[in-house]
Amino acid sequence: MADKKGVRETPRIGLPFERPIVELELKIGELKSLSESTGMNLNGELTPLVDKLDKMTRDIYDNLEPYDVVQIARHPLRPQTSDYIAGMLDEYVELHGDRHYGEDRAITTGFARIGEQRFLLVGHRKGKETKENIACNWGCAHPEGYRKALQKMRLAEKFGLPIVTLINTPGAYPGVGAEERGQAWAIAENIMVMSRLRTPIICVVIGEGGSGGALGIGVGDRVLMLEYAYYSVISPEGCAAILWKDGEKAPAAAEALRLTSKDLKRFGIVDDVVPEPVGGAHRQPDTMVQTLKERLVGLLADLDGRNIDELVEERYARLKNLGQLADT
Amino acid sequence: MGWKFRKKKNIPGGLWVKCPSCNAMLQRKKLEEAFGVCHDCEHHFRIGSRQRAASLLDEGSFVEFGNDFLPRDLLEFSGYDGTLERSRKRSGMNEAVLVGEGRMEGMEIAIGCLDFSFVGGSMGMVVGSRIMAAAEHALEKSTPLVLVAMSGGARMQEGALSLMQMARTSAAIAKLGEAGLPYVSILADPCTGGVIASFAALGDVIIAEPGALIGFAGPRVIQTTIGAQLPEGFQRAEFLLEHGFIDRICSRTTLRAEVASCLRFLSTGRQTA
Repeated sequence: MADKKGVRETPRIGLPFERPIVELELKIGELKSLSESTGMNLNGELTPLVDKLDKMTRDIYDNLEPYDVVQIARHPLRPQTSDYIAGMLDEYVELHGDRHYGEDRAITTGFARIGEQRFLLVGHRKGKETKENIACNWGCAHPEGYRKALQKMRLAEKFGLPIVTLINTPGAYPGVGAEERGQAWAIAENIMVMSRLRTPIICVVIGEGGSGGALGIGVGDRVLMLEYAYYSVISPEGCAAILWKDGEKAPAAAEALRLTSKDLKRFGIVDDVVPEPVGGAHRQPDTMVQTLKERLVGLLADLDGRNIDELVEERYARLKNLGQLADT
Repeated sequence: MGWKFRKKKNIPGGLWVKCPSCNAMLQRKKLEEAFGVCHDCEHHFRIGSRQRAASLLDEGSFVEFGNDFLPRDLLEFSGYDGTLERSRKRSGMNEAVLVGEGRMEGMEIAIGCLDFSFVGGSMGMVVGSRIMAAAEHALEKSTPLVLVAMSGGARMQEGALSLMQMARTSAAIAKLGEAGLPYVSILADPCTGGVIASFAALGDVIIAEPGALIGFAGPRVIQTTIGAQLPEGFQRAEFLLEHGFIDRICSRTTLRAEVASCLRFLSTGRQTA
């Protein structure tokens, strides 16, 4: 067991509250390479350290502040849509273009297969390194991204494919071109069509759920959220700037906005929270990908063969009753 | 104290009002009778929901509903109770939208009018629920729906619950469309964020008032993002018309007649129940 715990990756990029964890991870790593290179048996030293690390990680992650969660959701090593595509799917046939204006790499769409289960995948894409970040505009889609998603989702409806969306965006892009090409219209249309689309839709907030840009591919029969993802009407920084004219007060805003998975489950905005590995998805990306894969396979099987009229009416009822739970 | 919080485009207190556009001195009473349109230069002042409903409906025909939906501070958001209290005092409204039924040139319609003077016309649970109620009322009575949007967007103090109102209202509009019932969306100054990115953009016919600011992101946000000055007239109604996102721009003085005309066209191929 000790060995298994020890194989977890040490993220190169540490968050402030993770410092003690990262320091201990490095120390364990050094001891291990020493043990390997010299052949010395250091298990006596290693085992207590690994146990200590495990306990410390759990303690820290059990007591996260909302703004810590926001930082985890934004972590550069957190698994992204591309990691789920690579680690979860047996086949992915990407489909490009919105058939109106262009190809927006901030959203990827394509035919996806896990075993015999076929579906359409729609996901925000942030990119992994600078060049890719730029090509994907850091996951901030333009109207053509939303229109591409809509065109492919209509295709899925036409041929009876269920839809899975992976949400991970700081927000829809607020730029001149986006306004000229009708960002608001693109998002509104997506939301409206998704609310009535005659095929099952599963949405998962895997990282950042940034406002309308997230909701633009976020209306479905089941809405899930990873444990340390966030979903909010405005970024904590933006909220702090409006409320207190001070973007530095983002931690207080993050708390006020109730943007964690736990809060959103309480309000009925998400149906289920997908637990993350100890220390967050960025520490064990492969485990996270497998966890979500299993969850999706189960949900797709559940929704498969459901009466579509009933499903669409339930989708409406789900929206209509939303927030009422909080009244009790 | 209320005057301190008034936006400068609202009709200010006092007997006389200076038009910010042409500097004409306007008699306050006459300006209100003209539903806030300057008789000299047609400048459109911001008007409240009740005045708006009166400007669109046949006299005395409005019946309000949806008053059982009242705002609650579900998030226990710092300062929200105070914000609501100040807005109630300032606007005389109990929320940022007024919904009901009435007649427009004799036609029965369901109507909803947002009010910018109540927390910037922002959409939270109550606005969403009332817009839904108006759409469902139209569905039940087989009447058209007319909504006037005038909003800074989603209501931050209700967090992701306010974001979800985009989905709730849009779903209700979708149902109306499936039933073949017409929906006319009127965009007044300003109309941004979560409101224009949901029901306000989904009209079968979309009509904007002249000069209205309409856009997904506010101009300041865009300016900060791109680090450059925005072109003259950017995100104004005329810009939106030029880019193909609205059907018409119409002065408030002829708005009722124009909406009624559109509704007659949209109801032509349909038997009334």
